[in-house]
Amino acid sequence: MKIVLLLAMLMIPVTLAADLSTGAVASVEQPQPPAGFEAVDDIPPGEQIPAINIVAAAYGFVWLALLGYVWSLARRLKTVEAELGDLESRKR
Amino acid sequence: MQKLTTPFIVLSAGMLLVAPWIINAAPYESTMGLVQKVFYFHFPVAILFLVSAIICGVNSARVLFWKNERADGWAVAAAELGFVLGALTLVTGPLWARKAWGVWWVWDARLTMSLVLFLTFAAYMLLRRYGGPGSDRLGAGMALFGMVNVPFIYVSVNVWRTLHPMTSVVPTLPTDMGIPLWFCFAAFTMLFVALLNLRATLEHQRTRLEALYLAQDEA
Repeated sequence: MKIVLLLAMLMIPVTLAADLSTGAVASVEQPQPPAGFEAVDDIPPGEQIPAINIVAAAYGFVWLALLGYVWSLARRLKTVEAELGDLESRKR
Repeated sequence: MQKLTTPFIVLSAGMLLVAPWIINAAPYESTMGLVQKVFYFHFPVAILFLVSAIICGVNSARVLFWKNERADGWAVAAAELGFVLGALTLVTGPLWARKAWGVWWVWDARLTMSLVLFLTFAAYMLLRRYGGPGSDRLGAGMALFGMVNVPFIYVSVNVWRTLHPMTSVVPTLPTDMGIPLWFCFAAFTMLFVALLNLRATLEHQRTRLEALYLAQDEA
């Protein structure tokens, strides 16, 4: 019963999503987003905002956030393990 | 699994240090130019954001339907990682969009539903932190609805009006763009596995600590 309920919960969005992707719902004609990337050797003309700053900022943010998270995780784990060790030694 | 955590973190950190050179060597995209290179790390974090929602949802189902208390630790770990990866997705995406579309944000289905999933993770974490007794079961129900959102987020770009690249971008990627993408994807996946394992260990240790305190109080 539980498995049936869980599968039903999962199947509803999957079925709806499959239905949507066949275009059953999208009837209005719309501009197409990029369906693929085309590689070129040089930067296309008309670069107004220096993209290198954006790419570097995005990558830097990813690095900082992940480093911060690893540090926070290590600190919390150390605190809990120290407390656990202390409690277990007192119990003995 | 525990033994793999440190090598995975070290290896993925090394790969992510090398990644800028590999990304730099990739060709430019014909219409977006240099800024399209955000894709090489935006895509892996976005996919792992969705994977977190699935892991959190499946483990929450194990808690709700099969009373598997250990699965709760994995659900909490996946939710926290999902929150971090969601934040990364929602920051790197608009940075790319500002240059490629001329705006930071559009309220299309993909972006809006991703924001909703991120807020679901935030609500889940607040609930688990301040919700008191019973918040684990309430949170598990919330996580199931977060997971149900995932297929919609994935197919949304193929269905509704959007400027976001479609899902066909990745399978049709030229080889010299595919190599940096899958290199970054492997690095982020290894880091994800290691951090998920570490965070679940922390949650299991906390549960053990609480049980010890309870036993001490009863004695």
